[in-house]
Amino acid sequence: MNEPHRPDPEAFLRAAAQEGRGRLKVFLGAAPGVGKTWEMLTEGRQRREAGVDVVVGVVETHGRRETEALVHGHEIIPRRTVDHQGHSLGEMDIDAILARHPQLVLVDELAHSNAPGSRHPKRYQDVEELLAAGIHVYSTINIQHVESLNDVVASFTRVRVRETVPDSILEHAEIEVVDIPPDELIERLKDGKVYIPQEASRALNHFFSKSNLTALRELALRRAAQAVDAQMLDYVRAHALAGSFVAGERVIVAVSEQPSAAGLVRSAKRLADALRAPWTAVHIETPRGPQLSDEDRQRLADTLALASRLGADTASIPASSVADGLRRFAADARATQIVIGKSARSWWFELRHGSVVDRLVRDIGPVAVHVMPGEDSVPRPHDASSGHWGDPIGYVWSMLAVIGMTLLGRLMLEAIDLGNIALLYLVPVMFAAASHGLRTGLATGLASSLAYNFFFLPPTGTLTVSNPENVISILVFLGVAVVTSQFAARMHAQSALAEASARQNATLAGFSRQMTASPSLEEIRHAICAEIARLFDVRTVLMIPSDEGPQLRAAYPPEDRLDEIERAAARWAMEHGEPAGRGSSTLTASDWLFLPVTTKDAVLAVIGLAREDAGEPVRTDRMPLLRSLIDQAAIALDRMALEEAMIEAGQIRERDRLRSALLSSVSHDLRTPLTTIISATREMRTHPSPELIDTLDGEAQRLSRFVANLLDMARVEAGALPMRAEATDLFDAVASAAHDSRSALAERPLDVQIPPDIPLVRVDPVLLHHILINLLDNAGRYGDPGTPVTVRSLREPDAISLSVIDRGPGIPAGMEARVFDTFTRLEGSDRSKTGTGLGLAIVKAFAQAMGLSVSARTVADPPGACFTLHIPQSLILTDIMEKDIA
Amino acid sequence: MKPRHSLLIVDDEPQIRRLIQAALARADYATIEAQTAREALDKLRSERPDITLLDLGLPDRDGLELVPIIKKESDTTLIIVSARDATDEKVAALDLGADDYLTKPFDTDELLARVRVALRNRMTRDGGAMKVTAGDLAIDLVAHIVTRNGAEVHLTPKEYGVLEQLARFPGRVITHKQIMDHVWPNEHAHHVEYLRVLVRGLRQKLEADPQRPQIISNELGIGYRLKQGND
Repeated sequence: MNEPHRPDPEAFLRAAAQEGRGRLKVFLGAAPGVGKTWEMLTEGRQRREAGVDVVVGVVETHGRRETEALVHGHEIIPRRTVDHQGHSLGEMDIDAILARHPQLVLVDELAHSNAPGSRHPKRYQDVEELLAAGIHVYSTINIQHVESLNDVVASFTRVRVRETVPDSILEHAEIEVVDIPPDELIERLKDGKVYIPQEASRALNHFFSKSNLTALRELALRRAAQAVDAQMLDYVRAHALAGSFVAGERVIVAVSEQPSAAGLVRSAKRLADALRAPWTAVHIETPRGPQLSDEDRQRLADTLALASRLGADTASIPASSVADGLRRFAADARATQIVIGKSARSWWFELRHGSVVDRLVRDIGPVAVHVMPGEDSVPRPHDASSGHWGDPIGYVWSMLAVIGMTLLGRLMLEAIDLGNIALLYLVPVMFAAASHGLRTGLATGLASSLAYNFFFLPPTGTLTVSNPENVISILVFLGVAVVTSQFAARMHAQSALAEASARQNATLAGFSRQMTASPSLEEIRHAICAEIARLFDVRTVLMIPSDEGPQLRAAYPPEDRLDEIERAAARWAMEHGEPAGRGSSTLTASDWLFLPVTTKDAVLAVIGLAREDAGEPVRTDRMPLLRSLIDQAAIALDRMALEEAMIEAGQIRERDRLRSALLSSVSHDLRTPLTTIISATREMRTHPSPELIDTLDGEAQRLSRFVANLLDMARVEAGALPMRAEATDLFDAVASAAHDSRSALAERPLDVQIPPDIPLVRVDPVLLHHILINLLDNAGRYGDPGTPVTVRSLREPDAISLSVIDRGPGIPAGMEARVFDTFTRLEGSDRSKTGTGLGLAIVKAFAQAMGLSVSARTVADPPGACFTLHIPQSLILTDIMEKDIA
Repeated sequence: MKPRHSLLIVDDEPQIRRLIQAALARADYATIEAQTAREALDKLRSERPDITLLDLGLPDRDGLELVPIIKKESDTTLIIVSARDATDEKVAALDLGADDYLTKPFDTDELLARVRVALRNRMTRDGGAMKVTAGDLAIDLVAHIVTRNGAEVHLTPKEYGVLEQLARFPGRVITHKQIMDHVWPNEHAHHVEYLRVLVRGLRQKLEADPQRPQIISNELGIGYRLKQGND
């Protein structure tokens, strides 16, 4: 079912039918405004400039100047005017075009319905006629006008279009998708660059939502993918693209050390983009892998890094063969699309091993396989390791074993027959092949057969190869050597691979854990430096971009300094996003190698590595690991930078809110007492009275309290709360707060309920004092006139509570937490009740600064609002011994 | 006619000087004024005031630097009058030798009370009584006996040590450090919590209502003060 390169009989038929017909090319867009017409005209112009006879059949410019400019160069067939119910409508003049018979005609809006009385009711029928006449047609269409998708589009856009074009028209057409991202389209819509018919404008507003546009775009790209690339389709299972509409696609691309792999990665990226699917670049490490040259490894690492930059996950998995590994990985990753390169191997290799493509396609199950042509492979220098003769010690041991077997055989000659003696010789052959490789095994086999021949086969003492038995023994020994050494070598290679890959995975996982465990950008940078230094046994630095070039932000060991050439290399790496310094191709005089830490669109940092002995910082075979680590680092840095930016933005917003609230509050709360004071003072000059003095005094106190609160709040916001926690006696705290709140409490008696044995607490006495003053002030303001204020402290199991309770209306339900917000005043509270809304915010901020929590609620005994400070166990001093004091 | 006590007012704000001057004149004290640190030092030498009221925010020099100089060059009683309310600075000024501290904005009655306390302390220092009374408490600093309404109150040596420090300068704030240097002379690291527990014990023995202390009053984060009822 998936046999590649098999000529498709239907395609032959189609091609035959097309002979002599014009070809249709359709510019397919997801929505109005993506630029289909523009694209069609641009390509039409290119064709004309290439000498093709091009005319414009009909183009709607909608008055857009850029579009009109493009039309301008073309020959335009004048429209035919059709009168319809008093309107005169301009339709494409098909007869005029047929008479003119250009090679190519540009016909906008394939789905257009012709005015009644035209030759065909639909424009696509006109186009059919033009095609039949052998005229090529370029046309445009939006995805929602495609018949088979009409329902789908209507279901999520709630806009149904009546003008549709049958799918069969498109199936025979070349399709080009005109694609712009939804955001850009919405932008264009906002800028008024999209023409929308008056009567449809309201419906279309809904239509142009981002989610709709995204879905439409997906549809367009899928529809194009269905038709666009016959070569690709040959390999795509029919149901892979016709399957469920909801995206569940996952693309994997198999990369090798070949130079063409980079192109493959780009193709995979395009496919993944079109499907809006996540994608993974995977390298299958086969037992052949360790023989790759340094250059190959470097290229492979570059390819994986490229994939990673383009947004892919990367993986490197060991497997016995490429096809096997891919199949397993595809199943694990639930891949729906695999992109592989056409092998650049020789026909001889493929004959022996089978083409990866064939094997993959045969076995893979419901996955579409895209085979991309590979570029010419670089000629591979003949592998020097093929001259590998193995360890001389191996030969010595093997020969000794052959001699041993010969002696053993001589001893047992009486007991066993000749055939079994031949079996004895298999033992050294197998051991030699298994532990020392093919050549040692072959040599041992040869030696064994010679020894067998010489010592045992009659006539003994001579070497006679004429005997057929002799030939068989030689062949068997050699065969065993070959087979055993092959198996053993493969096992070796595989276990080494598995080990290496497990080690690498563990390293990456550990690194990743380090990254996620670091709570700030600073710490992530230090963790990166420390981890890379540890893993590669190098000195490391991390530099970040700034206006003055790279700035050292972290180093391990921490005291590194860089000289001029190293700074230059770091700067180059940062500016170009490429490695620089020792071991790279730029500024190699530096002792340091600088590698950029990049995301898709920015260089986040540069990591520098150097050895203590000024040698090459990183062995080439360790480069892929380093690159993976740096990719991880990039992700971690990016994530953290984003997080910190968001937090900062939040803080700035909060500060702005506070500032504007403060301004409005300050203007009211400063001016009111000042106005009173000024006018009362004036009044005093002429009519002095004790009431006026009381007023003056009261307002001055109020102003004083307010200024104190403003200062406190400023300290909180500046983060400059002086903390001097010391052992504090709550009696003292309450007594001095009561003393300073005399005027705020006015006539209210203070009811202090504190157990005489309440422990000391470790708090800042001044902050606690301000908290209590504000709470007493608040109680004095909101409690009913003349009622007492209660201060009550309780020893709780793991805390001490200190509450200030007034007797009044309490706190409205639901406002308990909000009362502590800056500038919250209880709703319905009388504006004449002065206060800035700062008091309780200060209470909360000070409490938090000391590690206390604060809550508000309405209580029944005594009935009123209750504000409680909770002093946690950790701040309670319980273990003061009498002996310490006495 | 008893000699009038003279006070030096050091402040760069004319309104504040005028206010303090008016209050002090009302209480029949003689006043001298200085606007800057330099002027203050000149006047200190030439006029030898009994008490100096020093603002810390002076235009030419930080008042805190002036404290040790003033204490070294004269025997004036130094009361800091400042808008700075950071506890650290108060403690620093007191430990540098200032005799008392008053935070702006202040009550003129409060100012006058502090001045009276300072003057009384000057007199006792100049060979005054070794007996101090506070409320219904009498403290004999020579015999080390404390009586309350005539009945002897038994204090532990450390409790007495604390009370003695406060009673030496009744009405004046004594910093935690000053008390603890006296009570635990051999300890380098001072534990304010021990002092708090001691004071709580003292109050139990001395105060009519230990929950509303009238005799030993607390100065937030700074120290204690022995109150004598009428101040």
